[in-house]
This record gives sequence, C-alpha cells and structure tokens, in this order.
Amino acid sequence: MSRVVRVAAGQGFWGDWLEAPVRQVQGGPIDYLMMDYLAEVTMSILQKQRSRDPAAGYARDFVPAMERILADVAAKGIRVTSNAGGVNPRGCADAVLDVARRLGLGGKIRVGLVTGDDILDRLDELLAAGHELRDLDTGRPLSDIRDRVRSANAYLGMAPVVEALRGGANIVITGRVTDTGLTLGPLVHELGWRQDDWDRIAAGTVAGHIIECGAQSSGGNLLKDWRKVRGLERVGFPIVEAAEDGSFVVTKHPGTGGVVNLASVTEQLVYEMGDPRSYITPDGIADFTTISLRPAGKDRVRVSGIRGAPRTGMLKVSIAYFYGYKAVGTLVYAWPDACAKAREADRVLRARLADLGLEFEQILTEFVGADATHGRLAGPPDPDAPEVQLRIGVRAREKAPVERFTRELAPLVLTGPPSVTGFAGGRPQVEEIVAYWPALVDRRQIEPRVRVEILTA
Amino acid sequence: MRSEKCQLRWLAHARSGDKGNTANVGLIALEPDLYPLLARMVTVARVARHFRGMVSRVERFELPNLGALNFLLHDALDGGGTISLKTDAQGKVYSTALLRMEIPVPTAVARRFRPRPARPR
Repeated sequence: MSRVVRVAAGQGFWGDWLEAPVRQVQGGPIDYLMMDYLAEVTMSILQKQRSRDPAAGYARDFVPAMERILADVAAKGIRVTSNAGGVNPRGCADAVLDVARRLGLGGKIRVGLVTGDDILDRLDELLAAGHELRDLDTGRPLSDIRDRVRSANAYLGMAPVVEALRGGANIVITGRVTDTGLTLGPLVHELGWRQDDWDRIAAGTVAGHIIECGAQSSGGNLLKDWRKVRGLERVGFPIVEAAEDGSFVVTKHPGTGGVVNLASVTEQLVYEMGDPRSYITPDGIADFTTISLRPAGKDRVRVSGIRGAPRTGMLKVSIAYFYGYKAVGTLVYAWPDACAKAREADRVLRARLADLGLEFEQILTEFVGADATHGRLAGPPDPDAPEVQLRIGVRAREKAPVERFTRELAPLVLTGPPSVTGFAGGRPQVEEIVAYWPALVDRRQIEPRVRVEILTA
Repeated sequence: MRSEKCQLRWLAHARSGDKGNTANVGLIALEPDLYPLLARMVTVARVARHFRGMVSRVERFELPNLGALNFLLHDALDGGGTISLKTDAQGKVYSTALLRMEIPVPTAVARRFRPRPARPR
C-alpha cells in the first residue's frame, strides 16, 4: 500500500466539543491534528480582548486542549496545526511552551510561530499607496469606515505552515491562516507536492474543506436519514487519509459514533459554497464540479479526480469594524391563541417605541414556534400551539435607543396581553456590533512580511 | 405523462450556510437518478418565487458530479453575521425552508418517494 498521510480534525470552530482533540489523538493512528478556531467575526472578538489585556487575543481553549494531549502528541510524533493564535499568535505560542515545560516535555516540543497576517498597523500605509480595500460585497472604499476599524488580517495560505513543518515544528500556531491551509500545509509537506501543482493543491484544499467544520462531515448536523445516525454522543471527528496523487479517503476512528458516507461528505461540500467551479483560496482555485465521491467501506468515502487552477494575485483581507448596537429580547405567550397574544404584544411594544420617538435602523420581530426560521413559508400559525415565543430585536447606530428598548420589554408582562411568562432572564443586554468587511489586497504587499519562527520550550 | 406536486423534502436533502448577507443552500438529490429532475424543475425562477419577499435575487449552480444544485439567496439574512437580528442570522436552516417547495413530478416518482398518508383504520 502506498503511503498515506492522516490529518484529523480536532476542532471545527472556537467553542467546538472539547473532547474531540483528545479522542482523535487517543482513538487510533493519526499523523496530524488540525485545529481550526477562526470564523469571520472571531478576529474582532480577539482584538477586543487584546486591547484590554496585551497577553490575550488568542483562542484560549487551545491551551488547556494542548495540555491534555501534549504528552501523547510528543510520544506518538503527532504534529498539530492551528490558527488558534488569532491576533496574538506569539502569546498563544508562549502559553503552549509554558505548558510543555510544566509537563516536563521541554525538549520535545518545537512551536512553529507564523506571523505577518495582522495588517491593522499598516492600513494607512496601504490606503496611501492606493490600495482601497473596498468591501467585496458593497464596493464601498475602506476610507468610509477607516476610523472605526478594530482589526485587519490578511488570509494566509499553507506556505508558512509548510515552512514551519520543514523547520521541524511539531506544533504550528498561526493567526489568520485559512481553515483549509491547516490541512493542505501538512499534505504539501509530507507528500512533497509542488506549491504550483494546481490539481493537488485543489485536492488538498477540498480535503481541508471537508474536515474544517469538524463533525459536520461525520454525522453531525446531517439531514439525510438523521434518525439513523447512531452514537452522536461519542461522535468521531473526521480524518482524511491522503495519498501522493491527491486522492484521499474521509473516515473516522473505529468505535466512534456518527457516520461517514456519501451524504455526510456531500452535505459538508456544499456548506458555505459559492460558485462551485471557483473555490478561491490563497493557495489556488478548486473546481468542486470535478470532485468524484465513492463509498470505500464502512465509514469510508474515497474522494478523487479534483482539478484546480492557479492562485490569484490577491489575498482576501478580513476587516472588523464598529457598526452600532443591538439588543434582542423575548417573552413567552401560552395557549390559547398564543400567537395572537404575541402579535398584539409586538404591536403594543412597537407603538410605545414610536411614541418615545426612538429611531432604529431595524426592528425585527419573530414568533418562535410559528415563523422564526421559515417566515411566511411556515403558513398560518396554529391557534392551538401550546406556546409561542415573541422575539424582538432592534438595531441602531446610537446606543441610547437600544438601551431604552431593553427597558420596554418587562413592562409588557403587566401592561400587555395576557398569559405571558419567561422573563426570568432579566432585561436584554445591549450588544456592541462589530461587523465584517471583506476586501482584497495584492499578495505582494503581505507575503514578504510573513515570518516563521521555531521556538523551543 | 401524469404528474403531481411533490415537496422537495421527499426528493432531496440540503445544507445551508452564509457569506455575509447571502445564504447558500446546497440541494442534494436523495438518489442519483433524481438529479436530472431536480435540475430541470428547481429553476431559478421557481426558487425566487418560493422565497419572494425574503431574498432579493437567486443564483443557481449545477454540480451533477455530486447530484447537487447550489443556490445563492442574496440579501436573505437581515445584514448577516453580527449585524443580523434574525434567529437564523447565519442561514443555517434556509436549507429546510427550500425543502418546503413543491415541484411537479411524474406520478410514478411521487409514488416511489413520497410516503403514503396513513389510512384510517
């Protein structure tokens, strides 16, 4: 049998199942553990944390997770790739090295630290040089919101991950490296792929996409035949076994719950998909219409035939900026005529907000149990529904109207329609909205400043 | 050929996600031989009509290799991401909203895939 490299998913987002990385390391042989923590808005949350505490700004869950697996990782020769570094990869690396020393693994852990994605301090320089960083969705130039920017990071690809692995790192910690780059990097390194072998780069990218959301490709959130999915309480996270030619098998450890089949892999493939012929990453472009799937035994799906195209000259930039404020509050109305009562409460509340002269960018009402997820497609509400939750949210650029809204919900309990309960949580919290601004930048502005360091405990 | 209406839930499964204020729905044929029927009948026009008032524009992409169609539903998420006030701010269950849609299918297909209503005893 020709050589395969096994990359296991340990986390699909920040907040994913804490047991998963431990089970992946202990449940069977793997070569790499891929831990993806960063979603579009995560960077701004981390930036906020770092502004309060210079030592913060990374996905803190990563450190206790590493503490639980580091001895196994060292003993078994498993290597870890993670973008847990967020906006402070150096702080994250230091924390992991501290753990390694504490566990007496000082000589065995080499951290590869990737920096250079953070361009918050370079925005004015880039704008002055004519890089407009226009919003990819709206076309507006960044100058419109420049003074409200909270974080700015370029999406790096697999190249610095490969460099760190070549340098001997067994734990690679990055900032905003793409989710797929954390899987593709190990494959390029281990299988000796050229970084301009576009079909293999596309194949490794698809492998990364399949496992980047953790168990979402191994039975979690699987709609087809969901009643037949067994053992989700001990769900096995996905593993790719990749071969030199770019084909790979998606599987999971034996004895774990969930399922890996054509349906589970296909549902993940279409997740967050745009134009399937053009899945663009910093490393290349994958054509999802070339993907061939076939069953390859119990909980095994073989993936092959993937074609790619050369990478573009641009990198995506993730910018987070202050947008305004919002608050969402709820009340529960009981049978009979639960939905009609909730509707009347909504009318009363809106009329009071209008009488107060409060201005909102948006007031959104949903009736949970009647129309919250499907809108008018859900049809007329059931007059016999046992209860309906009134869920009303407001959004404004200023804080004051949102603050006042949060005071208007509780009074409805005694001044509105009857049979209302469920206000135990107190008044709604005013939340600051930090919004996402996707843009493109010339990769030549970024890549020369990317640094890879190897740190030892 | 005789035809009748059939809800997509009996013919396909689906998953949805988001990119900013756009939701995507991947609609996947439950059996490979249903894909041509879906490709023919689940048109941009039908999906736009299904979601009228809820989305501004619909795009469709074909993935015959996966037996799937991918739909982009623009302006579906009240601003999306952190801006949105919706319960489903990230479009996670737009997939099931599409599965409510009915398309005309040959009676033989409806009989094969749609469960029979329970008979009163």
